[in-house]
Amino acid sequence: MAYIPHTDADRTAMLAAIGVESLDALFDAVPEAERFPRLNLPSKSSEMETLWELQALANANASAHDCAMFLGAGAYNHYIPSVVNHILMRGEFYTAYTPYQPEMSQGTLQAIFEWQSMISVLTGMEAANASHYDGATSLAEAVTVAIAQSRGKRRKIILSPNVNPQYRAVARTYHQGSGARFVGDKSGRATLEDLIDMLDETTAMLVVQYPNFLGQIEDFTGLAKKVHDAGAMLCVVTNPMMLALFKSPGELGADIVVGEGQSLGIPLSFGGPYVGFFATKQEYVRKTAGRIVGETQDAEGRRAYVMTLRPREQDIRREKASSNICTNQGLMALAACVYLSVVGKQGLRRVAELCYHKAHYAAEKMAQLPGYSVNTTLPFFQEFVVTCPRPVKDINTVLFEDHNIIGGYDLSKDYPDRANQMLVALTETNTKAEIDDLVYGLAQAARG
Amino acid sequence: METTTTDTNDAKIIEPLIYDLGAPGRYVSTLMPQCDVPESDLPTDLIRGDLDLPEVSELDVVRHFVNLSQLNYAIDKGFYPLGSCTMKYNPKIDEDTARLPGFAQIHPLQDANTVQGALALMYTVQQWLCEIAGFPAISLQPAAGAQGEFAGILVIRAYHQDRGGIKRTKILVPNSAHGTNPATSTMAGFTVVELPSNADGDVDLDALRREADDTVAGMMITVPSTLGIFDKNIKEIIEIIHGCGGLMYMDGANMNALLGVVKPGELGFDVMHYNLHKTFSTPHGGGGPGSGPCAVTAELADYLPGPIVGIVEPAKDENDSPLYGWITPSRSVGRLKAFHGNFGMHVRAYTYIRLHGYEGINAISRHAVLNANYLRVNLASTYKIPYNRMCGHEVVIEGHFENVPDIHALDISKRLMDYNIHPPTNYFPLIVPEALLIEPTESESKETLDRFIDVMKTIATEAHEQPDLLHSAPHITPVGRVDEVLAAKQLVLCCRPIA
Repeated sequence: MAYIPHTDADRTAMLAAIGVESLDALFDAVPEAERFPRLNLPSKSSEMETLWELQALANANASAHDCAMFLGAGAYNHYIPSVVNHILMRGEFYTAYTPYQPEMSQGTLQAIFEWQSMISVLTGMEAANASHYDGATSLAEAVTVAIAQSRGKRRKIILSPNVNPQYRAVARTYHQGSGARFVGDKSGRATLEDLIDMLDETTAMLVVQYPNFLGQIEDFTGLAKKVHDAGAMLCVVTNPMMLALFKSPGELGADIVVGEGQSLGIPLSFGGPYVGFFATKQEYVRKTAGRIVGETQDAEGRRAYVMTLRPREQDIRREKASSNICTNQGLMALAACVYLSVVGKQGLRRVAELCYHKAHYAAEKMAQLPGYSVNTTLPFFQEFVVTCPRPVKDINTVLFEDHNIIGGYDLSKDYPDRANQMLVALTETNTKAEIDDLVYGLAQAARG
Repeated sequence: METTTTDTNDAKIIEPLIYDLGAPGRYVSTLMPQCDVPESDLPTDLIRGDLDLPEVSELDVVRHFVNLSQLNYAIDKGFYPLGSCTMKYNPKIDEDTARLPGFAQIHPLQDANTVQGALALMYTVQQWLCEIAGFPAISLQPAAGAQGEFAGILVIRAYHQDRGGIKRTKILVPNSAHGTNPATSTMAGFTVVELPSNADGDVDLDALRREADDTVAGMMITVPSTLGIFDKNIKEIIEIIHGCGGLMYMDGANMNALLGVVKPGELGFDVMHYNLHKTFSTPHGGGGPGSGPCAVTAELADYLPGPIVGIVEPAKDENDSPLYGWITPSRSVGRLKAFHGNFGMHVRAYTYIRLHGYEGINAISRHAVLNANYLRVNLASTYKIPYNRMCGHEVVIEGHFENVPDIHALDISKRLMDYNIHPPTNYFPLIVPEALLIEPTESESKETLDRFIDVMKTIATEAHEQPDLLHSAPHITPVGRVDEVLAAKQLVLCCRPIA
């Protein structure tokens, strides 16, 4: 039997030791009427045939492997150096579990400590945790911290409409029972000044995104002071790849910085598994959820790492815990840690520069296309909005069917008044030839 | 600054930090291409100064992380009977299928027409998981078991709200429950009422009846319980809760005892979650990623988190394929994470179930339960087993001895490491003194179990004859017992100065 090593002789001897006649006799405590139901599943399949079946399903998808990809909106098609996957495939990493026993888990613990350190460096914050499920749930956990910081007295959360719509949706899902009140993003058009005007004594946190969902780098100068003067916290949702090039949210005065780490060596994989990062000031660490690794020593004075501040967590604090998170995205944090190590100080900056240059080249070319216009009123990093002469859905159909291109994101899905607006994403994987093809394809698609 | 000064500066180093390797200016120049487009000016006033990341060679990186990996223990190295975590073998083929370019390189926001293979896979996983648990509807979106629980409790909350049930504010949770159950209930805005267990380890029915009134939204229970036993009164418990208008939530963390044994939906449960990383071996990854699909009855299907995969256009004939698409349930509690869940884990679960077929799925729990009971009967002469009756896929023993009072479960755990065995779960469930929760899984052979039994007996002897051997354990691990108090006191969470 697949992965079950028992021989007939083993089963016989073991059943005899237990004192029952058959395997089925082990389940007498299960209600008889419902015991041993028929399972309507396919019959077993060999490894070879299973692989073929999965290959056929995989081949039925259009992927960045065989198409030019210009879709981003929260997940990006970056190159992943070979070494990342080789390390992830180490059974010592991927077949271990949560490092409850530090003596047998120093590898996982030190890697998480290194990931925490790199996230702290990128975000400019004093401390980071071991990870959350993704960027969206990191934001939901940040809301919890902000409310807890005011001891529940402040429950208003001001959300910029330019924060990723899915992140805003997840924050609302998480807090439907917590009494949090979300404002700011209703019309989809609130400016930073409008959001600042909403600050009051009930505000726990103001959330902005850097670069925002539309790819723009808004000017947050002075924002932190205004938020702090109102007694609230500033949360910045960010893209770690941009932080290789641009000022950190820490420099901008953020209290909590969250985001999606997928750009750092994690495949698109149809949306997951990814890794959410969460960074903050040391003073808020005790209020944060999720695992945190700290440095310590063993009995012999050897440097060691251990999960710390454990009494915050659900398995100890139970109904008084601020979050129910236990398993997080450990292996994905490891992937990002290996990626940041091998790409390193110069390499990460280079990747970010490539994204920047390619995006600006593409934007310039598209701006010259009759019928298209590009909004460049604000600086941008790797994504920008292009207004098309026809609905984005129709344009994308032409791009895919005639040019083998997966086009940008249709902003009208989330912002009804952004009809015909496409969010285009560029990475270092997009060659000049691909970009020129896209521009040509857009010109063709304009004609209908 | 304070966060980077450490009391551990003079500590002996086992493996340097990646930051302490390499040299200024070193980098792997071949990893990224030359720029093939004209370069644009950078907005200098927005650009950051230094970027404090490692400067290392690829070989530095490989050696560092290989060295770190070797400081870990893992299923691939040896027996890992961590109770409630189902540390079974992770088939290698799962890792290959999840990395097929047609899965690994598709974007979550692609048009449904371009990802029909992925949607067909998710749809099939939904069907199979529904079939195994006896529910008609499921959402694959939750990223882990705890998120699956949260999804399920939000579903219960929305169900009652739609029926004017604002006074249903209580969730009942047995005192043997995983900590996630009460934490989840609180997150969803409920008040937790803890129920005692009786002398047999089952839920105290009298206490349950006392609490079962019209303020109950539902009850969360693990089957088999975290004591590793099937509650004899499970159907009665379900009847009592349904009788007062509440809904029954099954924590599916222990589904590895139930595959082909019983379908929770048929028992009368309304909601449950799976842990794909446990039951379907989509590995644990050193602490995730997991996947926690949430399954519900037909009555609750409209509340599931979404979107989920549905058939938007049926197949025309048997040679045609249906057209799959995204469907958000009409009364959905909302989105729990960005995109559609941990798809890579869905691919692995599909692979695992496909390899096993109904024959293999039927064999899994029977052998997991066989292994756990084999350990139970063989350890009963040496260790106190508080609920010594037929168990499920795991057994809880007490890790202490009346005549050696200063030996604790933790000492036994640490000594197990010296025999190259990962300790069981310590001090859980909370209602058993000095608990050691042992879950062998079906992957382990009789020889492995026999050796474990021998080692446990040897440790019991050592506890009586050489207790210091246990107190000072472990001796062969890369580090000895670590100072958790120092870690919390100095709180060094980052190895770099933050400007």
